[in-house]
Amino acid sequence: MAKVKEQKAVKPLNTDSKWHYTLHLMKMNQACYWMMAPFFALFILFTAVPVLMSLPLGLTSFNLVQFPHYVGLQNFYSLFVNDDVFLTAVRNTLIFAIFTGPFSYVLSFILAWLINEMNPFLKVFFTFVFYAPSMTPSAFVIWQLVFSGDSYGYLNSVLLDWGIINTAKQWLTDVTYMMTVVIIVQLWMSMGAGFLALRAGFQGIDTSLYEAGAIEGIQNRFQELFTITIPAMGPSLLFAAVLAISGAFTVGSVGAALCGMPSTAYAVHTVMNHAQDYGSIRYEMGYASAICFVLFAVMLICNQVIRNVLSKYTD
Amino acid sequence: MAETAVKNPVMDSVEAQNARALKRLRKRQKRRGDIEKARVKKSKGKHINGSLGGDIAIFILLALLGIFMIFPLYYSIIQSFKPISELFVFPPKLYVVSPTGENFSNLFKVAGNLWVPFSRYVFNSVFITIVITLMHVFVVCCCAYVLSKCPNIPGYKFANQIIVTSMLFTSTATWIMQFVVMAKMGMINTYWALILPNVATSMGLYLMRQNMSTINDAIIDAAKVDGAGAFRTCWQVVIPNQKPAIATLIIFVFQGAWNVQGGALVYKEDLKTLPTIMSQIAAAGIARQGIIYASAVVLMIPPLVIFLIAQSNVMETMANSGMKD
Repeated sequence: MAKVKEQKAVKPLNTDSKWHYTLHLMKMNQACYWMMAPFFALFILFTAVPVLMSLPLGLTSFNLVQFPHYVGLQNFYSLFVNDDVFLTAVRNTLIFAIFTGPFSYVLSFILAWLINEMNPFLKVFFTFVFYAPSMTPSAFVIWQLVFSGDSYGYLNSVLLDWGIINTAKQWLTDVTYMMTVVIIVQLWMSMGAGFLALRAGFQGIDTSLYEAGAIEGIQNRFQELFTITIPAMGPSLLFAAVLAISGAFTVGSVGAALCGMPSTAYAVHTVMNHAQDYGSIRYEMGYASAICFVLFAVMLICNQVIRNVLSKYTD
Repeated sequence: MAETAVKNPVMDSVEAQNARALKRLRKRQKRRGDIEKARVKKSKGKHINGSLGGDIAIFILLALLGIFMIFPLYYSIIQSFKPISELFVFPPKLYVVSPTGENFSNLFKVAGNLWVPFSRYVFNSVFITIVITLMHVFVVCCCAYVLSKCPNIPGYKFANQIIVTSMLFTSTATWIMQFVVMAKMGMINTYWALILPNVATSMGLYLMRQNMSTINDAIIDAAKVDGAGAFRTCWQVVIPNQKPAIATLIIFVFQGAWNVQGGALVYKEDLKTLPTIMSQIAAAGIARQGIIYASAVVLMIPPLVIFLIAQSNVMETMANSGMKD
């Protein structure tokens, strides 16, 4: 508040137009723009410009060899009308997004909170343990062993020993199990950046708030969580939510690694797999860009909805 | 108040009321004593509102879940110590019978026979990682301060919106345009092609921006009154209060930078990075099974070390220190 007042006070006399005032504000805060400049210079050059240049590709037919030529909305038309696999992929992506998105978000929050209740050494230790899969390359190789389709697969051999099943199940190629298996592995993989950011959020909370809360009569961990921790963590929660959304809608690598690409009957084929199929196998860049554009539009809407929901509950 | 209480027949006698008030006072004093005790214990990291039983239950839960999470790490480490005779046992054993350093020595033997000295790749990776990390932290912290704490500059909302939007954008075609841009600027086959695109990533910026927005405005106004400019406020007041976020930022950027593979941007042999060369060595396939695991473990070590250093330095931080309302 004080900042606003200060700047209003030195508002110049020639405030006849809004434009002049804006210019004046910009001059007043020159230092701020200089501080933003390095990031945005690099960001515009290496992210914004390539992204903006690749957007129109969705309207073209482009095979990486010939110069792209304009085909209008034909890509989008065939996407929704002719491409059965795309519709399967949309269905699968929605199932993945609904199951893995919210669950991984809540799960990483709960785990980050439980870890926060430990003493400093255990905090570091458990944070390390739960973040370990994100630092191990090809971490899901181990799941291939667990879910291997022959009777030597760990899961199969255990279930056979206990007499729960009498033939080895094809966990990774049988359509009935594939979805469930990939969702489980996906959830297990989801303790990544969002989890670590939430840990940082927990550690950034002013400890005197807890003392104040205790004096006010908070008796247990749960009261503390709901009355102090969550309201103070709004920004970190929002960050983790954005990561969860983009993670949930762009799933695909786990399914492709476990079940192969394309998977049996496209049972775990997602929109992202579909885009990669056209982008890096068939080299139909125009079509792949159209797929990615649709995905982006859906994620933007989803992000807006979640922002609105979260802003109601946090500061 | 006391008079009305006496007159009111429904209410208890003054004595009973006093007794109850005294009891409550004692309870509160005891509780305050507990808090004082907890505050003393705090230096050992004890929580105020926790019980020992709860701590143990949480520990057991986390330990059980942790076994699943640590498993791939454990698995790749034991695989790297298995001799050839054990590597191909099917189904794979979860322990090593006779551990050997053979895989590692083979890895360095192969690495020693490369056309470009191996130390060159190590230098490339270390150099690129350090430059990216330093530049990223500097650039991102400056920008995040403005995006979170200067809400009345023109363009504030627009800039924030761009950052969030860019985090959601994924495309399989962007790399083509990125290549075009870099080729136009003559950056292909230079260190710049490896460094610059990885400096300005919106995830790190958004992380810092969100964390900095929890800093109390009063502390910033105080700095302004004392005559500090925006840059100085950012680095001397805000950043020292952001240890947990900075540690997380460093972990992310280090991990990303360490795994940078030149791809199409760098094809000169002496500019390639360690991960590129490791995957080239591993590409020999089944004959180098042991080496593949050994190289994965070697590549994993620097991010792990940085992670542990960064996380363990976070613990003693006091958020909003210097702020007493």
